[in-house]
Amino acid sequence: MVKYILKRLGVMFPVFLLFLTALFFLLELQPGDITQQFIGNPEIPPEAQDILAARLGLDKPVAQRYVIYMLNFFRGEFGVSFSQYPREVGDLILSAIPRTLVLFLSATLLAYYIGFATGKVLAWRRGKGTEYALTLGGVGLYTVFYPWFALLMLWAFGFILDIFPIGKFIDVDEWSGAQVAANTVFGRLILSAIVATLLLLAIWTVSRRMSTRVAGARVRRFGFWAVVAATVGYWWFSSLRSYAGDIVHHTLLPTLTLASVAFAGIMLLTRSSMLETLREDYIMTARAKGLSEKVIRDRHAARNALLPVVTSLVLALAFVIGGGIITETIFSWPGIGSLLLDAVSLEDIPVAMGVLGFIGVLALIGHLVADILYMYLDPRIRYQ
Amino acid sequence: MTATAVPQTAEEHFEIKEPLWRIRLRLFRRSFAANWKLFAANKIGLLGLSIIVIFALMAISHPILLATVWDKAIYDPVRGYDAVTISKTIVAEVTDPNTEIDLNTARLTMHPFVEIGEVISISEQPAAPTAGHLLGTDPLGRDILSQLLYGTRSAFALGAIAAVVTVLIATLIGSISAYFGGWIDAGLMRFADLILLVPLLPVLIVVSALWTINLPLLGLLIGILGGFGGTAIILKSQALSVKVKPFIDAARIAGGGNFHIIFRHIIPNVLPLSFLYMMFTVTDAISLEATLSFFGLLSIPMSWGIMINTASTQGYLLSGTDAWWLLLPAGAAVSLISLAFFLVGRAMDEVVNPRLRQR
Repeated sequence: MVKYILKRLGVMFPVFLLFLTALFFLLELQPGDITQQFIGNPEIPPEAQDILAARLGLDKPVAQRYVIYMLNFFRGEFGVSFSQYPREVGDLILSAIPRTLVLFLSATLLAYYIGFATGKVLAWRRGKGTEYALTLGGVGLYTVFYPWFALLMLWAFGFILDIFPIGKFIDVDEWSGAQVAANTVFGRLILSAIVATLLLLAIWTVSRRMSTRVAGARVRRFGFWAVVAATVGYWWFSSLRSYAGDIVHHTLLPTLTLASVAFAGIMLLTRSSMLETLREDYIMTARAKGLSEKVIRDRHAARNALLPVVTSLVLALAFVIGGGIITETIFSWPGIGSLLLDAVSLEDIPVAMGVLGFIGVLALIGHLVADILYMYLDPRIRYQ
Repeated sequence: MTATAVPQTAEEHFEIKEPLWRIRLRLFRRSFAANWKLFAANKIGLLGLSIIVIFALMAISHPILLATVWDKAIYDPVRGYDAVTISKTIVAEVTDPNTEIDLNTARLTMHPFVEIGEVISISEQPAAPTAGHLLGTDPLGRDILSQLLYGTRSAFALGAIAAVVTVLIATLIGSISAYFGGWIDAGLMRFADLILLVPLLPVLIVVSALWTINLPLLGLLIGILGGFGGTAIILKSQALSVKVKPFIDAARIAGGGNFHIIFRHIIPNVLPLSFLYMMFTVTDAISLEATLSFFGLLSIPMSWGIMINTASTQGYLLSGTDAWWLLLPAGAAVSLISLAFFLVGRAMDEVVNPRLRQR
């Protein structure tokens, strides 16, 4: 298993170096003046400009600059923001990452969970009215022009129904007298979510090893609700309740919007993958054994139908990253997507390049996770 | 010269009476008819095709309308302007007690000295749909219908460039990579991995900050990135399955060179799948363009994305039902054309992959 992961890393690392090289050449071949873009800010005092130029290797010949660029990337040194001097690019990205990750992760997980659950039921109901309606709705969501859809969601839920706030990360009025920073509360929220997830994983692992299936299912159900109740209870009785509630309130609509579009693709894929699996001989065998439909669907068909869906995580990742940028911009969600667009509209090239590089890292990690998941699910790869 | 001439062409050699091109045409027509029958059996695919045809008619109608019925000064999608005016009688002065700004006359900046009882005409932009402007006008007084039709032209042009470039590159790369294998394959596939690694949207956003991007350049960029990326990998796997067929060995034994085999034997067998991926590229290209234009990053005179961008920069983004004609036509057009190409792609998928057909 470790060997397999190392092998994948061995393939991916050169690709990533190639990506950095492409970024470097993008900067070198552009028509603008790279020195001006990185240190030409009149706000920077001349001494600082010299130091910055040396740090970025701007005074060196191209070959040397290339090596410095590569090394700087791994040191997290992207230069200084042009529009938000004197903040470092790496610093700006670091402060935006948690919000983006929360948006990505919760939208992806939600989309996969619901998409897979509905997709397998859809395949089972082939030819019925619900199948047509849901498939049509799925295709509609899959092909809808995403920025327009996000605007419609914002308008419908934020403006007409007034359930959710219209964009932004926090409600400024509510936080005006706050003793804590929004990022602190957000960090604690993330921490509690991670703890809850780990607990759920532990319960799941234990329940799989229970003597009977019924007992395992009971432990899982009880454990799930206990963890959810404990997490909610912790925040309910915490002094930061209203602030945490405000952040969650602002998070829900962007997450749901992004998830609903990603969900459609996964549902359609699961449906066609299930239809393919249903033709296999072992499904016929399971039927002949007299197993119940639910057992055939969930234990025999769905497990194999899951494989292509997990492979598609790589494609879904590109979709979620692209969609995340649009979501963050439309909902004024201060993550790396809106950081990128703000940077581009202000001609802040250091930030734009830094964010693009970081998106590459994010995609790389996503690919690796997809590979590991695939290996976990498909024994044929594990035992090669 | 001897009396018995050596047969020069294939027709003479096999003693065929008809010229070869006519036979080829007949074979092509026959296979096309068979494939069309398979395609037409799928009603949803036909629906998609008819939506595309309607859009194509819209695209053609724009220059015709502009040349005949529409006045260029009013209906030009970019420079046109129509001062739709509404006559209003000033009845009373209403002042907002909080701001002390006269709400009813706040718009009357052109008429600072009107008296009660006077009739004035206000230029109202964006104007709601009227007989002259079937879809109303945008905040700058330009006809929305004209913009929509012009945007269809842009979308088709962009989709065509992107799809043709993608398929040309992907087919070539896929076939060469599958045929030669070895380090050529490894190099090209690592390159494809690189392009797959990074999502297209952020890359194009950054590129648009460094270069000025217009429509053909955007089509070319999407085509190149798509062609070297995912599509090349899919077409390579198809080319691999063609490469091991006996007729490739036969061609090699008959003395066919590498490039003869690639162009005459492998590529024709990969092409059906290439056409399928053309459909998906068109969808991607159109929605990418609309997204980038929506962010205002491209230098394109008019497109569906620019229409939404105009509504956004003029502050009508959340106008909802009040100024529905600003967002709905463009947003629905992008969604509909994506839907149409998606449906046609799925129907073509069933023609190309017999495995998917419902038995």
